Amino acid sequence: MATVSVCKYYPGGFSFDNCKRNALLEADISKLGFSSPAARKTGTTICGVVYKDGVVLGADTRATEGMIVADKNCSKIHYISPNIYCCGAGTAADTEMTTQIISSNLELHSLSTGRLPRVATANRMLKQMLFRYQGYIGAALVLGGVDCNGPHLYSIYPHGSTDKLPYVTMGSGSLAAMAVFEDRYRPNMEEEEAKRLVRDAIAAGIFNDLGSGSNIDLCVITKGKVDYLRPHDVANKKGVREDKVYGHPVTGSYRYKHGTTGVLTKTVTPLNLEVVEESVQTMDTS
Amino acid sequence: MCFVQNTRGLRSQLKDSVPVTGLCPQAGPYGVQDSLRRGFSSVKNELLPSHPLELSEKNFQLNQDKMNFNTLRNIQGLHAPLKLQMEYRAARQIQRLPFLPSSNLALDTLRGTDDTIGFEDILNDPVLSEVMGDPHIMTEYKLGVL
Repeated sequence: MATVSVCKYYPGGFSFDNCKRNALLEADISKLGFSSPAARKTGTTICGVVYKDGVVLGADTRATEGMIVADKNCSKIHYISPNIYCCGAGTAADTEMTTQIISSNLELHSLSTGRLPRVATANRMLKQMLFRYQGYIGAALVLGGVDCNGPHLYSIYPHGSTDKLPYVTMGSGSLAAMAVFEDRYRPNMEEEEAKRLVRDAIAAGIFNDLGSGSNIDLCVITKGKVDYLRPHDVANKKGVREDKVYGHPVTGSYRYKHGTTGVLTKTVTPLNLEVVEESVQTMDTS
Repeated sequence: MCFVQNTRGLRSQLKDSVPVTGLCPQAGPYGVQDSLRRGFSSVKNELLPSHPLELSEKNFQLNQDKMNFNTLRNIQGLHAPLKLQMEYRAARQIQRLPFLPSSNLALDTLRGTDDTIGFEDILNDPVLSEVMGDPHIMTEYKLGVL
C-alpha cells in the first residue's frame, strides 16, 4: 500500500529525489572506466559595448558538448524585452531557461507598472535568481539595453555577482575579446565603429579559442530600434563541395572532358563488305 | 573572469553537504520509526541532504517571508507584520480536499508572487503530477483518524 504518499506534499520546482541515485551511478560508471554524458555548453565568446546612442551586443555561434561541436549555428543573443537583449555563456539549457523566465517576469512586471522595463530591473531579477541557486545554474550573461535612463550594460556571473561597465566580455574566449576591447575602446563611439569593434572582438575569440567558432551575431540596440544581425559576419565558411567542373556535374559522374587522354597514333582500316541478300519486310500496321 | 566552466560532478557536490539533524524527521507519533508509512530508515538518509541546495530550497519561502516581516517590522513597527501574518494564516486555510492540488491564490496575492513565474511553476507542477494520494487515506490522515 502506498502510504508513503500520505505524508509527502510535492510543492513543485526542483526535485532532489534522484541526486543520491545519480551520485551512486556516476561512481559506478567511473569505476568501469566510462564517463557520464556531458551537458551541452556554449564555450563561448560574448561581449557588449556601450556607444553614443545605445548598446552593441555580440556573440559567436558555436555550442559544444565536451570536445564535439554540437551546434554550428546556435543563437546566443536572447530576447528579454523589446529594448533589452541578453547574451548567454555557460550551460546552454541554463542560459535559455533563465533568460526565458526573466523575460516572462519582466513582461508581467511591465504590464503591471505600465512602463517600458528597465535594464536594472532585469539585472536585479537575474542576480537574485542566480544567487538563490548558489552557482549551480551555470549561466554567465551579458545584459544590455536602452531604457528611459539611457544605454546600460551589465555582466552577470553564475554565482550572482554583477558589474555595470561600458564594455564587458564573458565566456571561454573572453580574454581574447577583452584584449581587443582594451586596445581600441573609447567612449562615445559612432555606430559603425562600435559594430566593427565588437565584430573584431568576437573574431578574436573565434580564432583564438577552441570553444568559440562559426559566425558572428550582432545586436544593435538604440532608443526605439533594435537591429538583430544574424549572421553579421560569416567568419568560418564551411567548404563547398566542387559541384560543377567545366559545366558538367562532377559528383558521381565519371565523364571526362574530350582530350583528357592524349592520342598517340591513329589507324583507319576500312572493312569491305559484300551485299549478299537484300529483302524488304513490310511492317504490320493494322 | 568566468572562463573556466564549473563542471563539478555530483560526487563532489555530495562532499559539500553538511550533516543536518532533523532533515527527515523519522519519528512517528510514538517516538519510533513509522515503518509502515515512511518505509525503512537509514542514518545517512536522515543526516545528509542529497544536494547542497535541498535544504535552502525547502525553506526558501519561509526564509523570504521571515526576512520580509523583519524589514517590515523595522520600517513600520510591530503591527504591520502581525496583521500580515494573521492574513497569511487565514489565506493558508483556504484549501481544497487534501488529495487535490490547491491553487493558493489568496496566499500568492498576499505574497505578491501571483504575477511572477519561477521554477515552481514550470518544473514538477503539482497540477500535472502523475500520481495522486489515495483520497480515503489522505482525508483520514488529515482528520487524524488514521
